[in-house]
Amino acid sequence: MENLNLVFPEIFISLSIMSLLILGVFKKNSSKITFNLSLFTILITAIITINETFSVSRQTLFNESVVIDSMSSLMKIITLIGGFLVLVISSSYLKTFKIYNIEYPVLILSSILGMMVMISSNDLIVFYMGLELQSLALYVLATYNRDQLKSSEAGLKYFVLSALSSGLLLYGCSLVYGFSGSTNFDIISNELNSKEYVLTFGIVFILVGLAFKISAVPFHMWAPDVYEGSPTTVTLFFTILPKIAALTVFIRFLYVPFLNLIDQWQMIIIFLSIASMVFGAVAAIGQTNIKRLIAYSSIGHIGYTLAGLATASNEGIQSSITYISIYLVMNLALFSCLLMLRRKDQYYENIEDLSGLSKNHPILSLCLLVILFSLAGIPPLAGFFAKFYVFKAVLEQSMFFLAIVGLLSTVIAAFYYLRIIKIIYFDKEKDKYDTDHSLWLKFSLTVSTILILLYFIFPSQLIEVVSRINII
Amino acid sequence: MNFPILSSLILLPTVGALFLFFTKDKEGNNLTAKYVALFTTVVNFLISIYLWISFDQSISSFQFVEDRTWIVGFINYKVGVDGISILFIILTTFITPLCIISVNNSVKNRLRDFLIAILIMESFMIGVFCALDLVVFYLFFEAGLIPMFLIIGIWGGARRVYSAFKFFLYTLLGSVLMLVAIISIYWITGTTDVVQLYEIGIDVKYQNLLWLAFFSSFAVKTPMWPVHTWLPDAHVEAPTAGSVLLAAILLKMAGYGFIRFSLGLFPVASEVFTPLIYTLSVIAIIFTSLIALMQEDMKKLIAYSSVAHMGFVTLGIFTLQQQGIEGSIIQMISHGLVSAALFLTVGVVYDRMHSRLISTYGGLVSVIPKYSILFMLFALASLGLPGTSGFIGEFLILMGAFKDNFLVAVLASIGVILGAAYMLWLYKRVIFGKLINKDLKTILDLNRSEYFILSCLAAPILFFGFYPDPLINTIEVSVTDLINMHNTNIASK
Repeated sequence: MENLNLVFPEIFISLSIMSLLILGVFKKNSSKITFNLSLFTILITAIITINETFSVSRQTLFNESVVIDSMSSLMKIITLIGGFLVLVISSSYLKTFKIYNIEYPVLILSSILGMMVMISSNDLIVFYMGLELQSLALYVLATYNRDQLKSSEAGLKYFVLSALSSGLLLYGCSLVYGFSGSTNFDIISNELNSKEYVLTFGIVFILVGLAFKISAVPFHMWAPDVYEGSPTTVTLFFTILPKIAALTVFIRFLYVPFLNLIDQWQMIIIFLSIASMVFGAVAAIGQTNIKRLIAYSSIGHIGYTLAGLATASNEGIQSSITYISIYLVMNLALFSCLLMLRRKDQYYENIEDLSGLSKNHPILSLCLLVILFSLAGIPPLAGFFAKFYVFKAVLEQSMFFLAIVGLLSTVIAAFYYLRIIKIIYFDKEKDKYDTDHSLWLKFSLTVSTILILLYFIFPSQLIEVVSRINII
Repeated sequence: MNFPILSSLILLPTVGALFLFFTKDKEGNNLTAKYVALFTTVVNFLISIYLWISFDQSISSFQFVEDRTWIVGFINYKVGVDGISILFIILTTFITPLCIISVNNSVKNRLRDFLIAILIMESFMIGVFCALDLVVFYLFFEAGLIPMFLIIGIWGGARRVYSAFKFFLYTLLGSVLMLVAIISIYWITGTTDVVQLYEIGIDVKYQNLLWLAFFSSFAVKTPMWPVHTWLPDAHVEAPTAGSVLLAAILLKMAGYGFIRFSLGLFPVASEVFTPLIYTLSVIAIIFTSLIALMQEDMKKLIAYSSVAHMGFVTLGIFTLQQQGIEGSIIQMISHGLVSAALFLTVGVVYDRMHSRLISTYGGLVSVIPKYSILFMLFALASLGLPGTSGFIGEFLILMGAFKDNFLVAVLASIGVILGAAYMLWLYKRVIFGKLINKDLKTILDLNRSEYFILSCLAAPILFFGFYPDPLINTIEVSVTDLINMHNTNIASK
C-alpha cells in the first residue's frame, strides 16, 4: 500500500475544489464564503504540506510517477503561500469590476493543484496532466474580466499560443519516450545516451515548450499582451506562480532525465538566459504601461533564474530557487502598490499616473522606491542578494561570459527602474489616490517591503532552507 | 575592549534617520529635524574622535576588529580600522555635520527627507571605510548610490534628472565588474576576508584581470580621465550639501579602494599597470586643469579641479613609495576639506544670487570682505600654497613621483602651475575687479552659521598645513607595512 499521506495535500485540495463548486452552485450569493473557504483551504494545505512532507527524504509513489523530496515540498509551500497572498489581495479589485464570483477562487485553487502535480511529477504523463490542469485554469482566469475586450483578447492569445507550446512539448515527450521506452524520469535517465541525434530534437522540443511557459526569450511574445490584458490580480498570479512550477519542472527535466546530455542542453539554456536578460532589459525601456513593463522585467528576471540553471550544479539550482523566491516577494510588493493606484473605482496602470506620487503618498512611494531598487539589484536590498547568489554559482563554473553579460544587463535594466523612480520622485504631482485600501493589501505591501528591506540582516535563513535541495 | 565601536559608528546615523522618519514632516524650516540630525552626526563625530584617540598608532594591524558570521560559511561581517582608514572615517564624520548645518538656505522643500538621505549616506560611507570583507565593502560601496541619486534628483538644479541618471548608471556600470572580480576571488582563494587575503595572496595569473575589474570601478568613482564626465554634471546639479558629500567623501572611496585593494591584493598587477595609471593621471592633471581654466560656471570649475586633484592622488598611490602614498592620503584628506569648503563658499553666493556663473560676480571684496578672505584661504589651499594642507599632499606626492619616474613628476608639476592659474583667475574674476552687477551691492556677508562652517573647515586646513604630524604619524606605520608587504610579494613572485 502506498503511503498516501505524502500526497494528502493534493487530495485535500482537490476534494475542497469539488465541494466548493457544489457549495457555489447550491447556495446563493456565496462569493464571500467561497473566498474565505478557499483561503482556508490553501492555509490547511500548506500546513499539511509542511507537516507531512517537509522533512521526509526522497520518496516515490504510484510506480515512481510522483516524487516527494525537499525540492518539491519547498516549491509547493512557496506556491501555496504565493497563491494565498494573491487571493487575499484580489477581492477588492474584483469587487470594483463586479467580478467577485465563486469561479475565481475555484480556478485559482485548480491551477494551484495543477502546479502541485507538476512540481511532484516524476513521469512525463503526470507532468503533462498537471501542466494542462494548470494551463486550462489560467486561460479562463486571463479572460476573467470578460466584459473588457482586452481581457478576452489576452485569454484567447494565451490559449492559442499556449496550446501550440503544449503541442511542442508533447511531441518532445513522445520522441523521448520513443528513444527510452519509458515515461518515467529515472528510467529515461538511465536509458538515454547522447549518441542519438533525433533525441536532441526531443530535448529541444521539451525545452521550447517549457521556455514558453516561463516566457523566456525568444518564446516570450505572449507575455506582454497577456499581462497587460488580464485583470491585475491575475497578472500577479501569472508573474509568479506558473513560473515557480515551470521552473521546478525545468530543473527536474534537466537534472534527472537529461543530466547525461548536458552538452546538448547547456548551450540552449545559456542562450535562453542571455537572450532573456538582455531583451528583458532593453525592451522594457520604451514601455508606458506598468503591467507591460512588469512583463518585460519578468522576462529579464527569468533570464537570471535560468543563468543559475545553466551551471548544472547544485549551487546553481539553489541559487535559482532563491532567486525566484525573492522575486516572488518583490513582485507581490510591486503589485500591491499597483493595486493601490485607485481613484473613484478606477485603477490606473500607466507609468505616467505615478507622476509626483511622493508628494501625496510618501509611504507608498517609499515602498515603491525600495521595491524598484531591489528589482534593479542594488545592495543592500534583497534583489541584490538574489542576483549575487546566482552569479556566485555561475562564476563557480567559470562561466565569465554569462556573468558579465548578466551584470551588464542589470545596468541597462537599472535605467528603466530609475525612470519610474524619477517619475515618482522628481516629477510634478497629480491628484491624490484613494487611501481606503483593504487591510490585507496594506498588510502584504508592508510585510513584503520589510522583507526586502531587511533581508540583509538575516540572509542565512533562506539559504539554509534552500540548501537542503540536492538534486544531482 | 569589546564594545562594537565601529558598528555603532555605522549604525548611529541610520538610527537617527529612522527616528527622523517617524517625526512629522513640517513645511519650511524644520528645526526639529535639523537638530536631531545634527545631534546624531555630532555624537558620531565625537565617537570617531574617541576612536582616533584610543587608536594605537604603533601597530600596523587592524584594530577594533569585529567579526561576525553573516551568511553562514561564506561571508563574515568584518570591520576594522588601520591607520589609513581611520582618517577617512574622521573626515566623513567631520564633514557630515557641517553639511547639515549648511542646508539652511539651499534646501527649501522636504528638509526632513533630505536629512534622512544624508544620514543614511553617512552610514554607508563609514561602512565603506571600515569594511574588511570584500562583499561587505561592495555592499556599502554600491548602496551609497541610492541616497546620492535621490539627493541629486530631488533637490538638484535644473538638469538634475540627467545628472542623477548619469551618476547612477556610470557608477553602477563600473561596479558590476568589480562584483564579478570579488566573486571570482572567492572561488580562487576560498575567502573574501581582506586580512586573510593579504596573507594568502592571489595567484599571479589571475591578478591582471582582477586588477582591471577593480580598476574599472575605482576609475569611474575616482574619477579618472576619460570616465570623469559624470562628475561635473553631478556636482553642478547637486544641492550644495550633496556636492560637498560627493567631493569630500565619495570620491575618496575610490582612492581608498586603490590603496586597500588594488595595491594590497594585487601587488604584481599593480606594478604591471603603473604606466597606465601614470598616463591617465598625468592626462587628468594637465587636461582637466586646462578645461577648468575655461569654465564659466564656478561649480564646474571646482569639479574639474577635483578631477585634477584626484589625478595627483592616483599618481601618488602608484608611485609605490612611502612619500607618494602618504602624500596621496594627505592629499585626499586635504582635498576633502578644501573642496567641501570651496563648494560651500560657492553655495553661499549662490544662495544669495542664484547664479553660479563667474560673470555674474566681480568686485565682491568691497561688499563682503569676510567672505573674500575665507575664499582666498580656500583657493590658496586648493592650489597648494605652503602652509596649507594642500601643499603637504602635493609636495609628498611629487617627491614620491620624482623618486620613481622623473618625466611623470615633471609633467605633474606643470599641473601644479595650471592649478594655481585657474584658481587664482577664478578668485580674481569673482572677488576683485569692478563691481559691475548692481544686485551685488546689497549682498550680505556671511551669516553666523556660514561663518562657523567655513571657519571649522579653515582651521584644520591651516593646522595640518603647518603641523601635519598627527596625520603622518597615524598613517606612517600602516603605509610602511603596506609597502613592505608589497615588496616582499613582488620579490617572491
